[in-house]
This record gives sequence, C-alpha cells and structure tokens, in this order.
Amino acid sequence: MSDQVVLVDEGKLELTSEGAAERNSRRAFLAAAGAAGLLYTAALAYPIYRYLASPEEMALSATAITEVTLKDAQKLPLGSVLMFRFGPSPAMLIHHADGRWVGLSAVCTHLGCTVQYESQADRIHCACHGGVYNAYTGANVSGPPPKPLTLYKVAVNETGVEVKRA
Amino acid sequence: MSTKTIAVPKTAAGAVYDWVDERLGLSELAAFARHKTVPVHAQSFWYYWGGISLFLFLVQCFTGVLLLVYYRPGVEAYESVRQITFVMHFGWLIRSAHAWSANLLIFAILVHMFSVYFMKAYRKPREFGWLSGMALLGLASVFGFSGYLLPMDELSYFATKVGLQIPMAIPWIGPMVASMLRGGPEVSEFTVQRFFALHVVVLPALFLPLLGFHLWLVQRYGNAVPPSEEVKPLRERKSIPFMPNFLRKDLAMWLISLNILALLASVFPWALGRQADSLVPAPAGIHPEWYFMSPFEMLKLLGNVLPGEFGEIAGILLFTLGIGLWILIPFYDIKRESGQRARAAHYFGLLAVFALLATTVIGYWTIR
Repeated sequence: MSDQVVLVDEGKLELTSEGAAERNSRRAFLAAAGAAGLLYTAALAYPIYRYLASPEEMALSATAITEVTLKDAQKLPLGSVLMFRFGPSPAMLIHHADGRWVGLSAVCTHLGCTVQYESQADRIHCACHGGVYNAYTGANVSGPPPKPLTLYKVAVNETGVEVKRA
Repeated sequence: MSTKTIAVPKTAAGAVYDWVDERLGLSELAAFARHKTVPVHAQSFWYYWGGISLFLFLVQCFTGVLLLVYYRPGVEAYESVRQITFVMHFGWLIRSAHAWSANLLIFAILVHMFSVYFMKAYRKPREFGWLSGMALLGLASVFGFSGYLLPMDELSYFATKVGLQIPMAIPWIGPMVASMLRGGPEVSEFTVQRFFALHVVVLPALFLPLLGFHLWLVQRYGNAVPPSEEVKPLRERKSIPFMPNFLRKDLAMWLISLNILALLASVFPWALGRQADSLVPAPAGIHPEWYFMSPFEMLKLLGNVLPGEFGEIAGILLFTLGIGLWILIPFYDIKRESGQRARAAHYFGLLAVFALLATTVIGYWTIR
C-alpha cells in the first residue's frame, strides 16, 4: 500500500497537464465501470427480490381487508368462541355467557402465538409464555404481553356476524 | 515496506489475513495460482468451454433453488409450476432461465467434450479427466430428462413415457427397471415425486463430488495442448499466466454467457403446455429435446431396417458399443505422435460428429 502512495507522490512532483488528463479519464472510466456493474447487479437482483417477495405482497393485499362477514355466526352458543381468519391473521369472535359479543385479534402481542379463550375463567390465555388478556376489552392483564389485543367492531344480524376494523 | 527486523504495526485486514494464512496456507494457494499458466495457440478458444459449462451449472444451482422455493412435486406439480409462471413476480423469468440454461449447459458440455476429443486431451495422464467428464455428461442428461417431467404438462408427460421405453428394451430386467423408475405401470404423480427426488437430491449429490474431482484434475495437470502444438519445441510454445490474464478472459466469457442467457430467457420465455392428461391424445409434432433427438432418430432408423424386438435390442447393443468405444478412447488411442492410430481416432470423432448432426437434422426434418 505505502509503495503505491510513494509512487503517486513522485508522480505529483513531475505532474504535466497530460498526466492529469490521463488520470482524470482513468478515474472517469473506473467510475463508469463501477456504475455499470452496480446497475447490472441491480438488474439481476431486482427480479429475484420481487420473486421471493411475492407471497409477502399477496399477504399485503389481504391485510387491506377491513371487514369480514361470518355467515351463520349469530348461532354461536353462549360462552363459546369462533376462530376465524381476518385477512392473513387469526382472529376470534367470543359470545360471552352474558350475551355480549366481542371480536379480537388472536395474535399474542408478546411473540405472536395464537391465543385461546377460556370460557370457565372468562379470560384469554396464551399457552406459549402464560400471557393473560381481558376477554371483553383485550387489555393485557398479566404475564409478558406488552400491549392489548386489537379490538374489532362487531355487528350481529339475522344472517351472520360482521367484524370490522375499528 | 515491512522488514523482518522491525515489528511494524499491521493493518487489521493484514492481521486477519496472517491469522487465516497461518492456519489454512492461503499463501501456498496464491503461489500455486501465480505459477499456473495457460497455453496460447490457434485452438485456445476451446479452453473456455469447460469454464462456460461450470458457470452454467452454477446458474442451474442458483435458479434451481429459486424454483424450489415454490415448486411442489406430486399431484400439485402442474399447479405449482403454473403459479410460478403466472402468479409469482418474475417467476416466468426464473423458470425460463433454468430451462434455457439447461439447454445451453448441455450444448457447452458437448462443445467441451468434442474439443477435448479432437485436441486429444484425454491421453496420459488425463484419462480420469476424460472418464469423469463423460460421467458428468451422463449425469447432466439424466438431470435434463428428470427435470423435463417436473412441470407435468403434456410435453413432459409424453416425453417421459417415450423415454422410459428405452430401458424397457433391456433384455430380461427392462420392464422391472422401467417400472421402478416410473413408480408404477403409468407415468403419474408417483413418477414426478421420484424424479423430483432424483433431480434435486440424488443427482446433485453425485454430480458435485465428481465435478470437484474433475476440476482438481484440471488443476493438477493443467491444460493439454493439441498434437500440432506438442510437436513444437518448448521454447516456441506460448502461454499466459492464469492469474489474472486467463481468469479475466474466463470471467468475460461468463459475463457473455450470462448476457446470452438473459436475452434468450426474457425474449423467448419457456412455454408451459396444458396439464398432462393420459386421455388427451399426444399433440401433433411432438418430439424429443434436441439433445435426445439424435439417439432417438438412430433407434428409429435402425427400427426401419430391423423391425420388431430384434431391432430394438440390436439398437441398444449398437448404442452401448458406440458409447463404450467413445468412453474408452484414452485406452486405445495412446500414441503420442500423430501417427496412423491417432488419425483413426480422429476419423472416429468426425464420424461421431457427422452421425449426431445428420440424425438430428433428419429427426427435425421428419417432424414436419
């Protein structure tokens, strides 16, 4: 490395305008070659990235879904739960013993396991690390979960139950 | 700059290099690479074809893994290829590149093989290079045959059906061998499943060590020179250093190959036919891939001369004999000077090229 530096320094001492032009054109050539190489690599990498990202993009269009109609879900017995898919992610519709309807995301906010509604305790429990949520509001009650479960709007009619993003 | 007497503080990269070098002997490798040379003569162009084959094989590994991300063998085979081709972004391009590269790879290997043959590069001490090369070509054609079925469209279905008739002609064990390969009496989802296992696990597991052996031999013995160069005295022969002169040219060839491949794959995307259905008659004009056209046509021509089962068995025997003679060339074309025997091998090679080209042309001619 230092050898080259010395050479360059010596070159500087007897620098002619010709030498400077040559060095400039070499620098320009290297920059152009580098840019061409980068463009070439990008042209190869782009289709591969898009190819591998295809399922992600499909899931994104599913995430855009803002409401789901659950046919015949109005017949859900008291004190029971219906698991369903809200876009790409699991969600739950709870029909509490007191007759109230609650729609919640079923993805634990701790590390993403699917949570479970326990009707006896009337609570939501995550078996992975023991997180507990309130089954009416989705609020994180105990254990590791840092955030509440997302609460959805629920509308019950004669043909089914509509669940909407709040 | 650094002398042995004074401990000059090294750069971090230098220190890492020294640490690794001490354990892995990188500088020995570098010294070896510095001394490696490649002969320069009128036939030097043919030296690139082994490297081009290697590059296209690497392309096959890379695009193959990408296809593996979405491909599903078994009953869903066609549906998954349809999804790759029409649903996944640029899936058509990846699949097209894999198919085109497979064809270019077979072509490059054939060019490499014939150039080695005519340069007589199979002679002592390079016999194992020739033998391992022939085995690699054999594996490459099984790669081609098994990969052709995986999309499970009309063409792949009938090609596999017809292709598996060839082992059928082996006396006694033929039917058993064919149904073992097929996984039952008919080409079905079981056939796709086992061809898939062959294509992505068994063949790579055989191919890679063999390729390593082949490349190691090339490093050990270097490039052979053709007989016309061999007769010249050593000081009249020219050569260039491998590092970086030949390597630079080699990489330029790789880049050209990649550009040709990209052009072919994007301008002529590989088609996907209709889903295989044994009840739909074979489409008109169906024919084997170009690299199987010649043996297919030879068997057909022989079948015209000697009809029936006798012709089939005679065809297989004649084929085995021809390929056997070809593979064993290093053991009977051994004279170093270009004498009578050497010329006989040369004519045998020309005959083989002529027979391959002629039967391929006849094959394509008679489709129409």
